[in-house]
Amino acid sequence: MKAFSNLYEALDSTTSTNGKVEAMVSYFREAPAHDAAWAVFFLSGQRLKRLISSRKLADWFVETQGIPDWLFRESYISVGDTAETIALLNDTFKASASSLLSHLSDSDDVISEAVPEISERQLSLQPQEADDSLADWMENKIKTLEKTDEENRKNMLAHWWRTLDQRQVFIVNKLLSGAFRVGVSHNLLVRALSEVSGLEQPTIAHRLMGHWEPTADFYQQLVAVETTRMDISKPYPFFLAYPLEKDAQELGPVQDWWLEWKWDGIRAQCIYRDGQVFLWSRGEDLLQGRFPELETAALQLPENTVLDGEILAYSDDMPLPFSLLQTRIGRKKITQKVMTEAPVVFMAYDILEYEGRDIRTLPLHERKAHLTACLMNVNFPFIPSPRIDAENWEEAERLRHESRQREVEGFMMKRLSSTYQSGRKKGDWWKWKVDPLTVDAVLIYAQAGTGRRANLFTDYTFAVWNDDQLVPVAKAYSGLSNEEIETLDHWIRMHTREKFGPVRSVEPYHVFELGFEGISESKRHKSGVALRFPRILRWRSDKPMEEADSLENLRGLLHAQA
Amino acid sequence: MPYGEPFQLGDAQVSFHPAGHILGSAQVRVEVDGEVWVVSGDYKRDPDPTCAPFEVVPCHHFITEATFALPIYRWQPTPQTAKEIFDWWMACRQKNRTALLLCYALGKSQRVLAELQRYTDEPVYLHGAVDGLTRLYRDAGVSMLPTLPVMDSKKSALPGELVIAPPSAFRSIWMKRFKDLETGFASGWMRVRAGRRMKGYDRGFVLSDHADWPQLLQTVQETGAKQVWVTHGKSDLLVRYLNESGLSAGVWGTHYTGESEE
Repeated sequence: MKAFSNLYEALDSTTSTNGKVEAMVSYFREAPAHDAAWAVFFLSGQRLKRLISSRKLADWFVETQGIPDWLFRESYISVGDTAETIALLNDTFKASASSLLSHLSDSDDVISEAVPEISERQLSLQPQEADDSLADWMENKIKTLEKTDEENRKNMLAHWWRTLDQRQVFIVNKLLSGAFRVGVSHNLLVRALSEVSGLEQPTIAHRLMGHWEPTADFYQQLVAVETTRMDISKPYPFFLAYPLEKDAQELGPVQDWWLEWKWDGIRAQCIYRDGQVFLWSRGEDLLQGRFPELETAALQLPENTVLDGEILAYSDDMPLPFSLLQTRIGRKKITQKVMTEAPVVFMAYDILEYEGRDIRTLPLHERKAHLTACLMNVNFPFIPSPRIDAENWEEAERLRHESRQREVEGFMMKRLSSTYQSGRKKGDWWKWKVDPLTVDAVLIYAQAGTGRRANLFTDYTFAVWNDDQLVPVAKAYSGLSNEEIETLDHWIRMHTREKFGPVRSVEPYHVFELGFEGISESKRHKSGVALRFPRILRWRSDKPMEEADSLENLRGLLHAQA
Repeated sequence: MPYGEPFQLGDAQVSFHPAGHILGSAQVRVEVDGEVWVVSGDYKRDPDPTCAPFEVVPCHHFITEATFALPIYRWQPTPQTAKEIFDWWMACRQKNRTALLLCYALGKSQRVLAELQRYTDEPVYLHGAVDGLTRLYRDAGVSMLPTLPVMDSKKSALPGELVIAPPSAFRSIWMKRFKDLETGFASGWMRVRAGRRMKGYDRGFVLSDHADWPQLLQTVQETGAKQVWVTHGKSDLLVRYLNESGLSAGVWGTHYTGESEE
């Protein structure tokens, strides 16, 4: 636990990517395999199920420490995170409980009374719990809590709060509330493991895919030169593209490229091995049961095939709005009615495994030929993503402007000779989206964020003109620099009109250019329209609010788009 | 005006007493007809080699600051923080990077320079704004690490060196001269992760020239004041806590909102 909490501290206290990789490498070099497996589990963003809610953690802490509820709440507002609030307060009260304000009322009695007796007993039995291994903590200490009742959990926690240091208390709180997250990207973890094992990064990335248990055996296989373990459900790492930031002309002759539409659905991998079908999203969620028509149709694929593609709501040769697809994701039970209302297809981009062979190193044009052959005898919901033919880049550019009418996000451009790589790489694949739609809107409400944005007003609501009224059209959370956020935060505090709980209405004054990906009619919104993926593009400090856009302008986009 | 020497001002007898905040900082004691008021100003109780230690001045009315008046704020011993800064500097040196430490030019910078003497005698480079104030401290006889102004250094990239600059230098044109660098920020606000992460510094060091929560309570208690007035920062919270603990306290109105947060 100590080594792991040091690793956490090292990762948390630097923003440098090299620094993070170094910290992980030195941890993995020292850690026993079983601990390392658990570290990989957390570093790759996986979580335990929640044992104790944050609310309950807070209540228990307030109760066992005998501190006023309001003082905890005020502290939380400044910290923005329950686990951390407890860790900080605990540190203060632990250090000063005996010396503090001895003459002030009865606070001492409360503190001494609240210490459960069980703590003392356990303390003497387990003097060095902080030294126990991460695996022991996860599989014995924390797991046994699952089986005990609330009173025992509370006592155990109070004991840990008393005996662990501030960082360890923070981690334990986070683990128990199912919210433990380490700020490390998947790429960095792969880099570190590659450095530790001497294996190529794609090998590590592949072995990390899919579902696995954090056991010593798993970790040994992960870093072993040869591995025998191959789970049939295991997906390949997705190859991802960067946005094109240069002139397309610089990519060389258009004939060297495979252009296809950038479909707006769920990027997914379809695996058919040993008679079983697995659908994985890019976020490595198994989509089992959500798209039964795809799972059935996939049974017609040749044995041992893996396809990369996009699950799309689709009918009459046209994609349907993404919102329709969302009706299928949240549901457990997919009825015939839902399937009819939101029909889906698997728009296949690529083939990664053919007749049981990993063909990711074949050039794209050969893989595309295999893909066509493979889908020849498969029914409708599997469609190969068609190539867009263009004589030259000018023609390509013209076609790209049809994206919005076609309900796609733009182009994907893939070099014909490209292999299927892993992760986000520059060079062979590019995405070339159409420019976002934009609107100039006025800030009217603000709300404080949580986590690192605690204490700052960072969640904004924007409005456009409808005659002489401002009607809210979008909420946006991102797009400003930290400096801009602070400036705006200060302004908001000085220009608040009313407070409604956590929300403040502010003087309408500042204009922001918002970008968004689409607009649709909406009965739920006062403005009658809903924007898709709105975000702040820039602060239009040059623009007076009278010159912000009108609802009429926005509705114009609605009609132009249809 | 020396500490502890009373002078007469109308009906009042007035004297200044060390506040331990920065060099020359003072509490003001005012006595009229046997009733004693003390205005703390900014203060801390942590030992600080750059200034006289806070003096407890018994009084009837005590007006205290409350910049960090929440129990989440507790400072670790300063030598420990200084060690963290030193270790970070040495880690930067191994990577051939400049360690750029941002902190207030007055007080904090000099305190760091004094505390670092525990671990090294190497020179530290200073931003112009810090350099001038550091000279004043030296003239006042404060012992600190040797320092050099950044401007005079021939190799202005200064790999492996520690550079101290005010927070305003962060992401400024001035900062561009350091090719490969890590940034650190020394402040009480760094106690909270959100404070560290939001600003985008590589490292946050918890170091404050204000009293933390235990020190605020300790001080209020030690003055023996029957009435406590709280000003600056989170005054309403401290007032409520003291009142609930059985001590008479109230908010002393101020228009200063500089470091306060809601």
